[in-house]
Amino acid sequence: MSIFVNKSSKVIVQGITGGEGSKHTRLMLAAGTNVVGGVNARKAGQTVSHEGRDLTVFGTVKEAMASTGADTSIVFVPAAFTKDAVLEAVDAGMPLVVVITEGVPVHDTAEFYAKAAASGTTRIIGPNCPGVITPGEALVGITPANITGSGPIGLVSKSGTLTYQMMYELRDLGFSTAIGIGGDPIIGTTHIDAIEAFEADPATEGIVMIGEIGGDAEERAADYIAAHVSKPVVGYVAGFTAPEGKTMGHAGAIVSGSSGTAQAKKEALEAAGVKVGKTPSETARLMRELLTNG
Amino acid sequence: MEYQAKELFAAHGVPVTLGPVVRTAEDAAAAAEQIGGRVVVKAQVKTGGRGKAGGVKVADTPAAAREAAAAILGMDIKGHTVHEVLVVPASDIAQEYYFSFLVDRANRDYLCIASSAGGVEIEEVAHTNPDAIARVSIDPRDGVDEAKARAIAAQAGYPDDIADPVGRAIVALWETFIAEDASLVEVNPLVKLGNGEVEALDGKVTLDDNAAFRHPDHTKYADAGATDPLEAAAKEKGLNYVKLDGEVGVIGNGAGLVMSTLDVVAYAGEKHGGVRPANFLDIGGGASAEVMANGLSIILGDEQVRSVFVNVFGGITACDAVANGIVDALAMLGESATKPLVVRLDGNNVEEGRRILGAADHPLVTQVDTMDAAADAAAELAAAK
Repeated sequence: MSIFVNKSSKVIVQGITGGEGSKHTRLMLAAGTNVVGGVNARKAGQTVSHEGRDLTVFGTVKEAMASTGADTSIVFVPAAFTKDAVLEAVDAGMPLVVVITEGVPVHDTAEFYAKAAASGTTRIIGPNCPGVITPGEALVGITPANITGSGPIGLVSKSGTLTYQMMYELRDLGFSTAIGIGGDPIIGTTHIDAIEAFEADPATEGIVMIGEIGGDAEERAADYIAAHVSKPVVGYVAGFTAPEGKTMGHAGAIVSGSSGTAQAKKEALEAAGVKVGKTPSETARLMRELLTNG
Repeated sequence: MEYQAKELFAAHGVPVTLGPVVRTAEDAAAAAEQIGGRVVVKAQVKTGGRGKAGGVKVADTPAAAREAAAAILGMDIKGHTVHEVLVVPASDIAQEYYFSFLVDRANRDYLCIASSAGGVEIEEVAHTNPDAIARVSIDPRDGVDEAKARAIAAQAGYPDDIADPVGRAIVALWETFIAEDASLVEVNPLVKLGNGEVEALDGKVTLDDNAAFRHPDHTKYADAGATDPLEAAAKEKGLNYVKLDGEVGVIGNGAGLVMSTLDVVAYAGEKHGGVRPANFLDIGGGASAEVMANGLSIILGDEQVRSVFVNVFGGITACDAVANGIVDALAMLGESATKPLVVRLDGNNVEEGRRILGAADHPLVTQVDTMDAAADAAAELAAAK
């Protein structure tokens, strides 16, 4: 089992003909993902071939869904066109839309998230995220598929490279699903959404939650964990040394006044019974201890 | 800054009083002369609390305006030196309120915060009198029309006799928020004037950098003067760099991993004379030789730096490419590379990456296999010299 994506996911790629889109289409296919087609209005009717698969480029998401039965879309189009691409997928009733694109204006995300939430059909992951991997079944994102295999840990993280680092640290145990939710101020799927899904997933025995400075998503996740989660959760928060008022790479990673600090997030998680590691390696060790000592 | 916020407000029909921005006391006197009557001389710095710090003064004559400007120019307000003052006609203030629109991260929509208590810091009101603050969620699909604006005004407790002008001002502020791609539009104070009209007396606008591509005019609001020279140089080269106040230079890939690296360096520094990270630098996925060389040259240009920690987890990017990037970068920098580098590579094709660095055998480069041990080695090198 897993969350959000698995071996029966049928995936289309919005922006399949672009540089990033074609590179990652190939890597997703190589990871075993059932990629069934792509979308680019200007190249409709063409066929692209990757990893021995011929994929049709459709003019619209709607056509792609009707023709292939796709239930998942991954978006690689440039930031300026991301809003239209996501809205098209929402309007077509796509169940899952994973938005990899970085640099999307926050007003655009606010709009497409609001429409997706109101649709009651579409879950959005991202933007500015590495996507989702269910090792051995499906990769809908840009996470390297060769770090580790299937196992009992569920991972949710704002950061891509910290996701990779943590998967690497715990590569002996493996992961049910690892999801990168992105570091923007507004994101479609939150820590809480992922933790709720991991709690319900029988294959997930322990949860690693990686946060960073900015906002209060980690604090709210802590409240959620205290009230609703029975599985062991281990946390890590990046950015203890970040100065106030400076954006640290991710658009959402900023300490404003006294709010959004790593210390406050750590304390909130610990108050909820979550063990918090000081470093990625210590966090991995805490998870390993919890799983092996049961 | 205030005058820039007011320019944006004015462009969208928010009532404001504009005036000249000057850099000398003489020019302030001339501006007051031209305006005639009572003026206000206001420090232009990117921080709040200017009034409390003495950065806002009323002047009845040009001579008084000269004196006020002389006192304010050069003043330090919360670490910001005042280089410019705004001179505006004094407004006839009857009452002061607070108003803002912002991106609500928690609810993933927009939030309006409005209060009939204005002119003071809203955080303070939130603590002492939370009931005096109206918080109204705005659905991005609906926006703010005249009816919504009036409802907000009523909820905030703004008086009924300004319902018309304040309603129009709120709609204009919403237009500013949306049209300019702002993540924050704040008016403090929003004032009721003696004649029953309203005015945004002071304001702040935070623009979304991600939306810069559709606002070429926003480049003029970039605060070039106040930016650190290393940060400015990094920005020119398209690098994601933040200057910090330590001795260990840090280069990594991915914002999260770099933030984490800074923390791990700071912990390691506790055992090595309290050395701290010198910067945040995310070179992203590519890590080509050119990007690596650009990053290294920025960090080596920081005189405080005594060692450099390169921490890369090869995801899609293979470690051999990163290792070649480091070797080529050091060759490009030649003798200008003078500080020791501790390199930790892990992930995709790590064996080949480590082999390349080992074979190059550069005298400045030490390879360490884990993030914790590498941070310790870099901190030790920084403390040793």
